[in-house]
Amino acid sequence: MGNKILKKSEAFYDVFFRKPGDEKKSTTYCAGCGHGIIHKLIAEAITDLGMTEKTTFVSPVGCSVFAYYYFKTGNVEAAHGRAPAVATAVKRSHPDSYVICYQGDGDLAAIGTAEILHAANRGENITVIFVNNAIYGMTGGQMAPTSLLNQKTATSPFGRDEAEEGYPLRMSEIIATLDAPVLVARTSVHDIKNIMQTRKLIRKALNAQKDKKGFSFIEILSQCPTNWKVKPEDAQEWMEKNMLPYYKREVFKDILDQAAPVPHPKPRKEIAEIVELLALPEFKTRKDNGGETTLKTIRRETKFKIAGFGGQGVLSLGAFLCELAIVNHYHSTWIPSYGPEMRGGTANCSVILSPEEIASPVVQEIDILVAFNHPSLVKFHSNVKEEGLIFYNNSIINDLSEIMPYVRRKKIQLIGVDASNAADSLGDPRMVNVAMLGHMIKVYPYFQLQQADLLLEKKFSTKPRLVELNKQALRRGFEQDEMENIV
Amino acid sequence: MKSFLKGNEAVVMGSLLAGCQSYYGYPITPASEITHAAANYFPQLSRTFLQAESEVAAINMVYGAAAAGERTMTASSGPGISLMCEGLSYIAACELPCLIVDIMRAGPGLGNIGPEQSDYYQLTKGGGHGNYNTLVLAPNSVQEMLDFAIIGFELADNYRIPVIIAADGVIGQMMEPVTLPDPVKNIPEKEWALTGDKRAEYNLHTSIFLDHDQLEEVNLRLDRKHRQIMANEQLFESYRADDAEIILVGYGIVSRQLKALVNQVRKQGIKAGLIRPITLWPFPSKAFEEIRNYKALRKVIVAEMSNGQLFWDVKAALDNSSLEISLINRMGGNLIEDQDLLKEITNS
Ligand SMILES: Cc1ncc(C[n+]2csc(CCOP(=O)(O)OP(=O)(O)O)c2C)c(N)n1
Repeated sequence: MGNKILKKSEAFYDVFFRKPGDEKKSTTYCAGCGHGIIHKLIAEAITDLGMTEKTTFVSPVGCSVFAYYYFKTGNVEAAHGRAPAVATAVKRSHPDSYVICYQGDGDLAAIGTAEILHAANRGENITVIFVNNAIYGMTGGQMAPTSLLNQKTATSPFGRDEAEEGYPLRMSEIIATLDAPVLVARTSVHDIKNIMQTRKLIRKALNAQKDKKGFSFIEILSQCPTNWKVKPEDAQEWMEKNMLPYYKREVFKDILDQAAPVPHPKPRKEIAEIVELLALPEFKTRKDNGGETTLKTIRRETKFKIAGFGGQGVLSLGAFLCELAIVNHYHSTWIPSYGPEMRGGTANCSVILSPEEIASPVVQEIDILVAFNHPSLVKFHSNVKEEGLIFYNNSIINDLSEIMPYVRRKKIQLIGVDASNAADSLGDPRMVNVAMLGHMIKVYPYFQLQQADLLLEKKFSTKPRLVELNKQALRRGFEQDEMENIV
Repeated sequence: MKSFLKGNEAVVMGSLLAGCQSYYGYPITPASEITHAAANYFPQLSRTFLQAESEVAAINMVYGAAAAGERTMTASSGPGISLMCEGLSYIAACELPCLIVDIMRAGPGLGNIGPEQSDYYQLTKGGGHGNYNTLVLAPNSVQEMLDFAIIGFELADNYRIPVIIAADGVIGQMMEPVTLPDPVKNIPEKEWALTGDKRAEYNLHTSIFLDHDQLEEVNLRLDRKHRQIMANEQLFESYRADDAEIILVGYGIVSRQLKALVNQVRKQGIKAGLIRPITLWPFPSKAFEEIRNYKALRKVIVAEMSNGQLFWDVKAALDNSSLEISLINRMGGNLIEDQDLLKEITNS
């Protein structure tokens, strides 16, 4: 079999060297198949428009899976239905090249519905050639989403029944409802007149891509005599009788006149700038930043659990503590609770600070618990080690009865911090975490307030008001009297 | 200069420094920060970021970008990785380089967003259809998330193979100080790429070969490549193992717990050591050939956050040895309790 393409276009290989077997001059398509005609129209168009060298052809899964036997362009063969996704990325990699995404009706309108819709909706600057033959050709004549009502196929042997299988999908009409596409049309290749119209539309679509105008979509009604089970010479009649009444041939959308070419975005930054933004300030030594307090030294691995409501900033307090440790040349690790609790309103993080490399970041036994609310205090207190330490937000935690037996038994030091009130007095309850940190720094002067200031200035460099608020909250916490008198 | 980053952010920085030009992804916890960081940084550098309509689309975009010759990546977690297995098979078949990050969450099904290591089989045995493997790297720190992205792109290009970074949820979510290296220079030209110009005229990426012998030849070529990778790219960390009586085996966050335990029990006079697989595929069987010769070794304890998936690979690697091999594991999003490991070690 194989219909000969007589006068070969420049965009076709002279000899189809990739085709297995001896027949290297003819195509794999059946007699009367529309794919061959459509290939020829595309090949001639890209030749005439001078696009051949710059074109990448994305083949579908379907009868035209072997389009790469014929087209003398770059080729990539996509998985069934995924051609628009593949084409999207090929085009975005080389925006000055041209990408043709060629798909059958099973490929585009069934398994690849999501991919085509979204590529169209994004307005990818590609040309989609959609070959609608109302049947699955390659796999042996099964029903396609575009098969007509009452059409008999291998999988609708009694005819397509809308009650069971729904109605034939009109993809052009659907695509034309989207804002982004610039050209959406349906045409056919069942006779010379319509082939000429198709020729014109393919060229229009390719020109649109050349002018960087965006997404164009040409649906082509095409013959499949083999699977329609008609003689090639009867295919025209079959199409006229069955397909043409249901599938209107028209230009559904053409906004090429209004569409402006899409420019390439320019880089706004160099990678070095991003790296610089992410860098923490550097202090040569722990005392190298003007602070006056003499710092204590962290001598052993210290494990924190910081817990509270979502919104109390427990995760960022933990991270902030780590940053303070890092600029003071300690090691640190931080793990958030990111489980379902996160949405349920409570949050916690595990922090380890250490003078040495930290083997495991996992905190199961706690040296220092920082609890912002009652449930967290109750939940974690019994993981605190003997002679450990608990900071708790005594603005809202009044009842310690549940934890006292354990606290006494394990000789745990309890420190109440009036953190929520400190934050509220500044008019911003979010400052509760920083107020807590201020007091922690007072009780355990491993870090200096000034170091915290510097970190805040870098972190919120575009929000000076927030820096000021944070600094004040730190100091409110720091200046509070120590309240470790409960036990 | 130190930065304090999440594993999920570090892997994006590593990729950017490795010259990755495009990111195609779909959000999923606990991998979403990767997509967030990519959305933030890629466009600022005039590189491509695109939130795809699904993981199916995302991996096929990666396929397109890789075919076009770019360093390209995506990231997801179990449910998304399952969807990506289709595209992965095509990418592997066409021998295209790319980076895929899997921040493993608990399964099966929708499971939950807690950490697990249960994609091990899916990742190390191919995942999609057909005879193929991907190179799988398992970081256990934020620095390694960054470094392995850089190494990953290099391996991917060298072997023309997809590289997967397999990290459990904790490694993705945790923060640690990291050092950002200089950007990679001199990324090699890919003469096979679809560059959309004269160079690409004869370039083709396809995985359909109707001729059985021709397709077998493709498979044999992949096979040769896999063997070469198995011979040359096994990576593992061996920690205080030479004189150990008990060797703990684990990767990812588990290996960090194990290392701390080795230090702890050594202080109590128990000779324990650690073997940490760094490449999950190729499986570091060399490590296990080596420990067979350790005179003092009595027992191997495999610890994992999955149902014995690593355990069976270790067991196969220690085939015919008289060593006792046991499994300590947790699932469902739970970390292994240090206490349980300790008990297993001290009872051995
Ligand atoms: C995931 C997947 N499912 C199913 C198939 C089998 N398959 C190959 S082609 C095809 C239908 C092709 O029909 P269509 O897109 O209409 O193109 P045509 O062959 O008619 O040109 C199917 C179902 C496949 N290759 N991959």
